[in-house]
Amino acid sequence: MARIALEHVEKVYPNGYVAARDLSLEVADGELLVLVGPSGSGKSTILRLMAGLESVTGGTIRIGDRDVTDLPPQQRDIAMVFQNYALYPHMTVRENLAFGLTIRKQPVSLIDQRVLAVAMSLGLDTLLDRKPAQLSGGQRQRVALGRAIVREPLAFLFDEPLSNLDAQLRVETRVELSRLHRKLGATMVYVTHDQSEALTLGDRIAVLKEGVLQQMATPMQLYHQPANKFVAGFIGSPSMNFIEGVIHREGPGAERTFRGMDLTIDVPLRAEAPGKVFLGIRPQHLEVFGGASAGGDGTLRAEVGVVEPMGNEQIVYVTLSGGDRLVAVAPPDQQVTPGDVVSIRVRPEGIHLFDAATGARLADTTQA
Amino acid sequence: MKSESRLGWMLVAPALGVIALIAIFPLGWTFWESLHLHELRMPWLGKPFVGADNYVEIARDPRFWSALGHTAFFTFVSISLELVIGLFLALAMNRAFRGRGFVRAAVLVPWAIPTVVAALLWRFIFESQGGIANELLVSVGILDQPIVWFIKTWTAWIPVILADVWKTTPFVALLLLAGLQNIDLTLYEAAAVDGANPWWQLRHITLPLLKPAILVTLIFRTLDGFRVFDLIYVLTGGGPGTTTEPVALYTFNALLQNLRFGYGSALSVVIFSITFGIALLYVKGLGVRLAGEDR
Amino acid sequence: MTAVLAALMVFTLFPFYWALVSSFTPDAALFRDPSLWPREIIFDHYRALFDERDFFTPIRNSLIVAGTTTLFCLIVGTLAAYALARLEFRGKAAIMAFILAVTMFPQISIVSPLYLLLRSLRLIDTYPGLIMPYMTFAMPLTVWVLTGSIRQIPRDLEEAAHVDGASRRQSFTKILLPLAVPSLATTGILTFIYCWNEFLFALSFTLGPERQTVPVAIALFRGQYQVPWGQILAAAVVATAPVAVMVLLFQRRIVQGLTAGAVKG
Repeated sequence: MARIALEHVEKVYPNGYVAARDLSLEVADGELLVLVGPSGSGKSTILRLMAGLESVTGGTIRIGDRDVTDLPPQQRDIAMVFQNYALYPHMTVRENLAFGLTIRKQPVSLIDQRVLAVAMSLGLDTLLDRKPAQLSGGQRQRVALGRAIVREPLAFLFDEPLSNLDAQLRVETRVELSRLHRKLGATMVYVTHDQSEALTLGDRIAVLKEGVLQQMATPMQLYHQPANKFVAGFIGSPSMNFIEGVIHREGPGAERTFRGMDLTIDVPLRAEAPGKVFLGIRPQHLEVFGGASAGGDGTLRAEVGVVEPMGNEQIVYVTLSGGDRLVAVAPPDQQVTPGDVVSIRVRPEGIHLFDAATGARLADTTQA
Repeated sequence: MKSESRLGWMLVAPALGVIALIAIFPLGWTFWESLHLHELRMPWLGKPFVGADNYVEIARDPRFWSALGHTAFFTFVSISLELVIGLFLALAMNRAFRGRGFVRAAVLVPWAIPTVVAALLWRFIFESQGGIANELLVSVGILDQPIVWFIKTWTAWIPVILADVWKTTPFVALLLLAGLQNIDLTLYEAAAVDGANPWWQLRHITLPLLKPAILVTLIFRTLDGFRVFDLIYVLTGGGPGTTTEPVALYTFNALLQNLRFGYGSALSVVIFSITFGIALLYVKGLGVRLAGEDR
Repeated sequence: MTAVLAALMVFTLFPFYWALVSSFTPDAALFRDPSLWPREIIFDHYRALFDERDFFTPIRNSLIVAGTTTLFCLIVGTLAAYALARLEFRGKAAIMAFILAVTMFPQISIVSPLYLLLRSLRLIDTYPGLIMPYMTFAMPLTVWVLTGSIRQIPRDLEEAAHVDGASRRQSFTKILLPLAVPSLATTGILTFIYCWNEFLFALSFTLGPERQTVPVAIALFRGQYQVPWGQILAAAVVATAPVAVMVLLFQRRIVQGLTAGAVKG
């Protein structure tokens, strides 16, 4: 097993498209790092750069202590699981699993032994003589996984490996992957566009946007202390609410106050702040009360637009008197119907502030 | 990246080399020949350089102009028929019906056999007054009495065009069918839900979306039409007289019958230029997509 | 619709039927009150075709010329098609356009220099003298169709092989090539059919029956007093039968091969 380090990596395509810009990150030995971002964020390209399937236009890539920047994939000793599994259709499951070892001219007895062991552990031992076309989606997924494990590589790369599975199988396989990671203690890099998959799987998560690393942190840190407005909006479901406004200070020593169209609230900000900001608040930090406003700081009058019952909670879409739209989460048993006028309370501990110009987080706003 | 580029060129080189050596180089040679007087029948004349004389002769050669006219006439008539029938066939083959596989295969056979054989089959059908064509046409009353097809120009064209339509309509139909199969079926379902009748669907969905395929077919066939040789060589030999002679046959005769290599080469260059003009349309119109196809 | 389709089918199949029936009919009865149903079946034309005319020779010539051309084009063409379908390099689009342009080339425009060239190399009326010119149309066709079909094989299979430790050569021979076998077969069939049917070059660059291919031999059949229609039709049946069988067997693949190159382009 080995660490993977990208140092100032850059990937610019001939047509000018930038997939990675001055990207530095390190995957620790035995860590599972998730690369997450919307489509076009460069996450898959970065994985392909690590694999050697694409070549960098600048910077260095290290696997273990080796500089692999200019090495072709076959000399990097990494394994990769592809989105469409990329099982060789003309080979049996056994041949698929053995391919990497055969090509490295390992002794036949060793190959047989390892293939069998991996097949047993993944429940593929009865399918060894089938062709990929005769397997179900989940079985194919496991063969792809097995093909990677058999090799005992320095690191595993996963390119959205669950996106072709149905919802239930996806959850099961996610758990399976977590267990596998712990069992093998292997270095893994996992690409997904699904932030909930990222949160549940990753030791750490790197959030990417347009080829630039936005933040790399543990799931908890990402959720509670997002580095900027993009990360804040991308991580968490439903997405964080943003309200535009300015920061005021009545006098020296006084609290700083956020003033938006509908909302005025004291914020626990000590540093000097620029004028225009976005106040971010997760739907989970908004409380919905029936009836007209009870008055007081941080309580807003709102009209309910749509209610989505989710079973364990309700997602409530409301419009404030000034026209701002917010999303709130209410307990499942609360009576909320579209058209109701309700009060919304902002829980101050959930407030995040972002510079309106740069999107960067303003420090000290939450006490995690 | 650099090594990939080198490998790419290395792998393409043999194929390109072959093509350059036996297609492009001779093309230059043809042009060079065309600037000379080169009569293989009269070796004592040598091979003097005559500049554009051969081209001037072409411009004044009535047989060339009528050959060009025959070629254009043949191309226009046969392609029009092939497009209409081919479109019909493609539409028919695009639906599921019993025996569709058979129809598809049957239709391919004329395309796959040698043109020479196709021409001979049709020559036989229209041969002599006792041929089956006369027999059938007289018996259903279209003709009063058997005629000799190949001694009059306009009756000689009939088997020629029929044979070409018979042989190439399948190819046209297949190209159009491939185009049809690229059309999203839900468009028709949406139109049907909106109350559009089949005729409206054909005019406003099928034909507009099929336009690229029709265009490709049209240009492919135009180019084929301009180089028609085998069919007419076997069916009419260009006759009666030279009244069905296309440019390719005229050039062939100039080269290998009369052994006038200078003049024949000039004719070749002219045909090439005409075809190249049409081909350029094709590459210009569709080559852009071809280049951008790979990611 | 069905009626018109049926009529078209009759139009398509009738010439074959008529040739087949007539090839078993005595010459004397061919143009005298022809009948749609055979009245008398004889095998004389086929016997004469092979015994007197030695139709084996043109068949052998055609097989050798078309077979060699196809084989050579497949080998050279596969390498080029792999590069064009899978590698990124400057000038690729230009090469594709160039190859496409060459497929549209009128053959007649290079007959004169090829004739002079082959004559000076003493290759007129030889197999190489036909195989070389056949490359002009067979090579672009092969490369074009093969490039189209290789592009349809998912690229991530070769990438997976790379990551698994295969070199570029290994991923080509162990992954791509086995998967491309059906495409190679289809392309081979197409190229073979084009070569088998070619007429202009074969007519221009052969001198006598020794090296004539099937189409030339049939087109130049002459009898002592009249056109030997019975034998011509027997020959037509013989020349058509293998092609017809191939088309019926590989109909689906041939159509795919033809249209992959053409319409997508």
